[in-house]
Amino acid sequence: MAVFTRGFGGRAREQDDRLPPGQFLTEDFPVLSAGPTPRIDTDEWEFQIRTETGETHRWDWAAMQALQQDDITRDIHCVTRWTKLGTSWQGVSLDTLFAEVESGYDFVMAHAYGGYTTNVPLDDLLDGKAWIATGFDGEPLAAEHGGPARLLIPHLYFWKSAKWIRGLVMQQDDEPGFWEQNGYHAYGDPWLEQRYS
Amino acid sequence: MRRTGHVDVWKAATVVAATQLTPSGRSLILDAPGWGGNLAGQHADVRLTAPDGYQAVRSYSIASADAGDRIEIAVDRVPDGEVSPFLVDAIEVGDQVEVRGPLGGWFVWRPEDTEPVLLIGGGSGIVPLMAMVRAHEAAGSTSPFRLVYSVRSPQDAFFADELAAATGVEVTWIYTRRAPDGWARPAGRLVATDLQALEVTGGEAPSVFVCGPTGFVEAVADTLVAIGHDPARIKTERFGGS
Repeated sequence: MAVFTRGFGGRAREQDDRLPPGQFLTEDFPVLSAGPTPRIDTDEWEFQIRTETGETHRWDWAAMQALQQDDITRDIHCVTRWTKLGTSWQGVSLDTLFAEVESGYDFVMAHAYGGYTTNVPLDDLLDGKAWIATGFDGEPLAAEHGGPARLLIPHLYFWKSAKWIRGLVMQQDDEPGFWEQNGYHAYGDPWLEQRYS
Repeated sequence: MRRTGHVDVWKAATVVAATQLTPSGRSLILDAPGWGGNLAGQHADVRLTAPDGYQAVRSYSIASADAGDRIEIAVDRVPDGEVSPFLVDAIEVGDQVEVRGPLGGWFVWRPEDTEPVLLIGGGSGIVPLMAMVRAHEAAGSTSPFRLVYSVRSPQDAFFADELAAATGVEVTWIYTRRAPDGWARPAGRLVATDLQALEVTGGEAPSVFVCGPTGFVEAVADTLVAIGHDPARIKTERFGGS
């Protein structure tokens, strides 16, 4: 049973069935990262997917731009409890990128410029659930939000949507990434409040 | 030593002291039986429950790093906020909240760490850095500690008296809007020359912790990288909107 806090009334209640438990709405776009913002030129940017055989699929900026670009509108949920509704992105579906990748492994480790990592089951990247996003609100994605390109997995807490994405490595087992080794949940479903390990 | 266990358990906590730090900031000391201590730099989730069952949870950095069941948080009022105005203006000694934690295993300083440390705080971003200063002093650590604290004016500083008396840390004040009379550095934002002027170490690269509002942290971290700090040795914690 919860302890009541004398005198606390809360604000006008945010009744919105798009808001997962424990989240509040924000209109800004907060920035959270563990270190300085890497500044990566699109000339030097490259994205890779590496499989268990060592086969590496590579896309440079031009190759990524040449692929089918999706417009994506989704709600996003940060583990620090803000939710931003109806955010609008542009990017390439991971279905498009994985169309030419053969792997028997079920898990992925996402690697970012700057050294950040986060683990995701492969199933959570496919079937229209995830993208490599290069645009936000019709503009190139700003560096502090992960530009030139970030992973976008809107149905998981937003730390899974690795900024400054540089590659995905197929993994046999679900090994923890950066925040997952630092006290946060291995999977991170906002609707189940999977915040902490 | 990683104290991140049992974080799914909410613990009742009682406000045992409340001190106004600045016109907009207040320190609360919470007694949370079973807390059992935290590392310097960790944070706690604080949950408030209204009489009708409505709950609001926010994360606050912890200013203390003691082994016991007491936690100090220092809250700055967010205009139009839901929780911070209540904690700054309304809650009283004897009132109860719930806490969960300690949380976070990255933005932390451990007494066994021996490398030189540079702490850079903006506004209420001082809170987790204060925990590090206190832990460093309590442990009698000899690792060089330098704190750069950026505030608008002298009356906006949290923990000013304690920092003035602290041993084992060299404090550099940056006033962005109004400096004290006779202060050599004119009021203005923290810039590269401020950071270049710091002789943090005898040559060894320091571990750097930067905490503050997003714009402050972005600017400081970019500047540190530009003047040659290794990005891998810079840890950041940002709060507020972009």
